[in-house]
Amino acid sequence: MAPVPRQRTARIPLLRSPATRADGPRQRGGSPVRARLVALGLVLVSLALLTVYFRESSGGPLHGAQRIVVSVLTPFEAGAERVSRPFRDAYGWTADLFSAKGENAELRAEVEELRRQVILNQTAAQENEELRSLLEYRDGPRFPKDYDAVATRVIVPPQTEFRQEVMVAAGSGDGVAVEDPVVTDGNLVGTVTEVASNSAKVRLLTDQQSAASAFVTQTGAAGIVERGSSTTSLVLERVQKEEAVEEGHIVVTAGSRSQQLESLFPRGIPICVVTSVSQRDTDFFKRIQCTPLVDFDSLHQVIVLTRKDAG
Amino acid sequence: MSWGEAAKALGLLVALVLLQITIVTPIEVANGHPDLVLAFLVALALLRGPTLGAVAGFWAGLLLDSAALAPPGVSSLVLTLAGYWAGRFGLATTRSSPHPPIIAVALATVWVAVGLTVVNFLLGQSVPAGELFGRVLLPTLALNVLIMFPVYRLTERLFPVAPRDRREATVLA
Repeated sequence: MAPVPRQRTARIPLLRSPATRADGPRQRGGSPVRARLVALGLVLVSLALLTVYFRESSGGPLHGAQRIVVSVLTPFEAGAERVSRPFRDAYGWTADLFSAKGENAELRAEVEELRRQVILNQTAAQENEELRSLLEYRDGPRFPKDYDAVATRVIVPPQTEFRQEVMVAAGSGDGVAVEDPVVTDGNLVGTVTEVASNSAKVRLLTDQQSAASAFVTQTGAAGIVERGSSTTSLVLERVQKEEAVEEGHIVVTAGSRSQQLESLFPRGIPICVVTSVSQRDTDFFKRIQCTPLVDFDSLHQVIVLTRKDAG
Repeated sequence: MSWGEAAKALGLLVALVLLQITIVTPIEVANGHPDLVLAFLVALALLRGPTLGAVAGFWAGLLLDSAALAPPGVSSLVLTLAGYWAGRFGLATTRSSPHPPIIAVALATVWVAVGLTVVNFLLGQSVPAGELFGRVLLPTLALNVLIMFPVYRLTERLFPVAPRDRREATVLA
């Protein structure tokens, strides 16, 4: 019996590399060697940009060029953000609608709790007012007196999980400077890390590189707030094991200089609520997790605290 | 590619980067975010080959990094290689099938996630890899596959394939 020749299908040429085709798509992509050289060249350029960026100071030419690009793009970003806001709000409303049902019972209980707390707070506020006048309380109102407020809005939300940073529509022209604290609704958001003429980059508390010296208002236990296991949780580190900290305690900025970390924030800005506390015999410090008071996923309006003595 | 087409591609990239950072990134579905820039880059590379794919990837990355005041070069490095690979992938397949764009964008999404993780790790960033690969990557991949079909068709209209290439693709198919 004669051997049957293997049947060849039209699929086979599709799997071949372009170099094996007589002509055709190879022309579309240009020479493979040229393509490889172009890709290799651009990879080298990217690596060179990274190297130069990290080696030069913040006033270097690459930083300067980037600030110029940002200044050019900012009006477009702000315009696009303004145009898209209704659509994003509509999307957010729809998404919230689905999640609202499940949260309803939980929120009802929370409302009851809050109502009770409001009554307590009103009583405490009245009491506080009396105590202030009696003891000539030295600290002023909640807003730090050495600072001015620059109200602005977020124009670029965090782009990746790695860099929890936002862009705001206020820059050096508005008096914003590097290391200025940023708050929203009186709660801590982060610090300004870079400034252009009309915009600034803010590193959020949920970034890996953020840290703030803080203390627990109820007990005075001091520590350092850093990012937790995800972008929605924080941890209070370096709290001595003998300190008393419980769930529900409020953590605020210490506003002082510790030996390890210089605080950039004024004293008393609320940061988070303690959600769990644990400790082991082998640990030096307590393990404290807390939930930020700021909803970083829906950050729209913020206030940059600019120092009065900066200018 | 003519200078006119190159200018059109660059203009589209700028517009898409603005669209991405202001509108698309805040859209979160099951922890994932669609990547319009990556979908367009893959579509362009599939249609125009690895050289333009690499160049477009480089500029897209540079624009994304600049718009967010991030270190320039991180996204460029990853997207250059993504664009080059997608172009090579396009040469080895046919444009008449809807599958290559979907396969290409799925693989490119995984590559970008892995690439950014590695580059950020090498730059000394603490990388929440578990969160990224456990919760974010899969929905992002699904969203990118979903948007790829319209993006590819639109890119095909804006950058039409030459009749000779189309005929060859049809014959090969």
